[in-house]
Amino acid sequence: MEWETVIGLEVHVQLATKTKIFSGASTAYGAAPNTQACAIDLAMPGTLPVANEAAFRYAVMFGLAVHAEIGKRSVFERKNYFYPDLPKGYQTTQLAEPIVGPGYVDLELSEGRTKRVRIHHAHLEEDAGKSLHEDYHGMSGIDLNRAGTPLIEVVTEPDMRSAEEAVAFAKKLHNIATSLEICDGDMSQGSMRFDVNISVRPKGQETLGTRTETKNLNSFRFMEEAIALEVERQIDVLEDGGKIVQETRLYNGETKVARSMRTKEDSDDYRYFPCPDLLPVILDDQYINEVRQQMPELPEARRERFVADYGLTEYDATQLTAERAVADYFEATVKACGEAKLAANWIMADLSAYLNKEELSITQSKVTPIQLAGLITRLTDGTLSSKIAKQVFEAMTLGEGDADTIIEARGLKQVSDTGALEKLVDEVIANNTKQVDNYRSADEAKRPKMLGFFVGQIMKASKGQANPQAVNDILKKKLEG
Amino acid sequence: MATVEPSDIAKLAQLARIAVSEQQSGEVASRITEVLNLVDQLQAADTRDVEPMAHPLDAVQRLRADQVTEQNRREAFQAIAPAVEDGLYLVPRVIEE
Repeated sequence: MEWETVIGLEVHVQLATKTKIFSGASTAYGAAPNTQACAIDLAMPGTLPVANEAAFRYAVMFGLAVHAEIGKRSVFERKNYFYPDLPKGYQTTQLAEPIVGPGYVDLELSEGRTKRVRIHHAHLEEDAGKSLHEDYHGMSGIDLNRAGTPLIEVVTEPDMRSAEEAVAFAKKLHNIATSLEICDGDMSQGSMRFDVNISVRPKGQETLGTRTETKNLNSFRFMEEAIALEVERQIDVLEDGGKIVQETRLYNGETKVARSMRTKEDSDDYRYFPCPDLLPVILDDQYINEVRQQMPELPEARRERFVADYGLTEYDATQLTAERAVADYFEATVKACGEAKLAANWIMADLSAYLNKEELSITQSKVTPIQLAGLITRLTDGTLSSKIAKQVFEAMTLGEGDADTIIEARGLKQVSDTGALEKLVDEVIANNTKQVDNYRSADEAKRPKMLGFFVGQIMKASKGQANPQAVNDILKKKLEG
Repeated sequence: MATVEPSDIAKLAQLARIAVSEQQSGEVASRITEVLNLVDQLQAADTRDVEPMAHPLDAVQRLRADQVTEQNRREAFQAIAPAVEDGLYLVPRVIEE
């Protein structure tokens, strides 16, 4: 039987505010445990929450970016459950009246395909603290620095049909949030976490199959792996005549194994009710328009600008704006060397191959935009041949410094000096008399191909440092002259 | 008419982290049934055009500027905690199942 995969996502996006959503405690990452957990975050008796305007501003920006209706009236509710990293005994969140209503995101997929994924809604809520299960004399240690950090939880419709689409959505959301500067996007520190709802159904069937939820995936790769694994598991169960149990699953990216978590509460068990400590938040059109005016450039606008201002192709512009940090890197490189097309090529080819190989993100690149620009400048001014430029680039990835330092230290300057080149050409002609005779007696049409042999010999003799254009000119003159 | 069974009581007690012994659960069940019957009476009221009231105040939430106003007072807070170590609050061990 042919099966169809159906995927919906819930994404927790940690907002890059300076302070918590309901208190004036700092949200800076990496502080000593509990030094950023104030009386409100600790749920001390008698404290009252006061909502952070920036959290609303960021949520509104996100809503506008995904073409959503903004909840001009939004209401906080209490989601009740007991866990030690949640000192209040409830999470303050939104349910019936969220800040962001239905919207959508358009994806660019492989082979030029596009896809629209609908957003069901996005709501504001607070993050919990962290439990450290290391054994403290049979007890758990709790760090509440993260408690109260603002999040938006983005909930999609079940519109995705493959791991490719789900990952493309996740990357697009990451790109939007980082471009808006509402989230630092550092997934290794949990700034963006994905819960994936997966079900399968026979192709052509209308009703959805029973779904499972794989929680807390914090990398695009883990997400892709977890989806593939879960789809395969569900199909196996169904083809063996079994039934899918609705459950929460955890995927371990290290061991590549997923397991079922004992089902926690049903949604009824959370006993949601409107939070009596917080009044409804009302945002008017003027506020929303002001936020719209302040919004940083979104990826799609940036892509269009790259085509218009830098003369890039649609394809190149799409590639370069798929990730905020890459687009920034590109613009910094172009600013320093003025060569947009070359910068685009180097970033998409050599730089990206190097980053993939070393498993680095572009912000961790040993080669800075200024260094890449320096290399490109030495390429366009004829100091380097493109072959030697690749060697210089490799040296840069090893931290050997900027292009000029490497060229100097390794003696890689391209030889364009006519006298030196003529000497090389003469030597090669003298050593290959047979090929020279063949060339001279060959058809005009065949000659360019035959010329390649001599160019190759000369490049080899010069250890790649001869300027190929100059070699060509001198060769032709000598062979035909 | 709502009827609460002792098995419901066991689940409620677990969600609320309250110890209810088996002996007590019969009595608790009948008391909660009484409360729910009262709720049933209230349900009979026609509330179609009434907006739910979460707050008695006809006011909206004031928003605060995103500025750090809270300083580190860990020492004071941890002085009244039952158990702390390495800056962490210690709690009975929770094993995720």
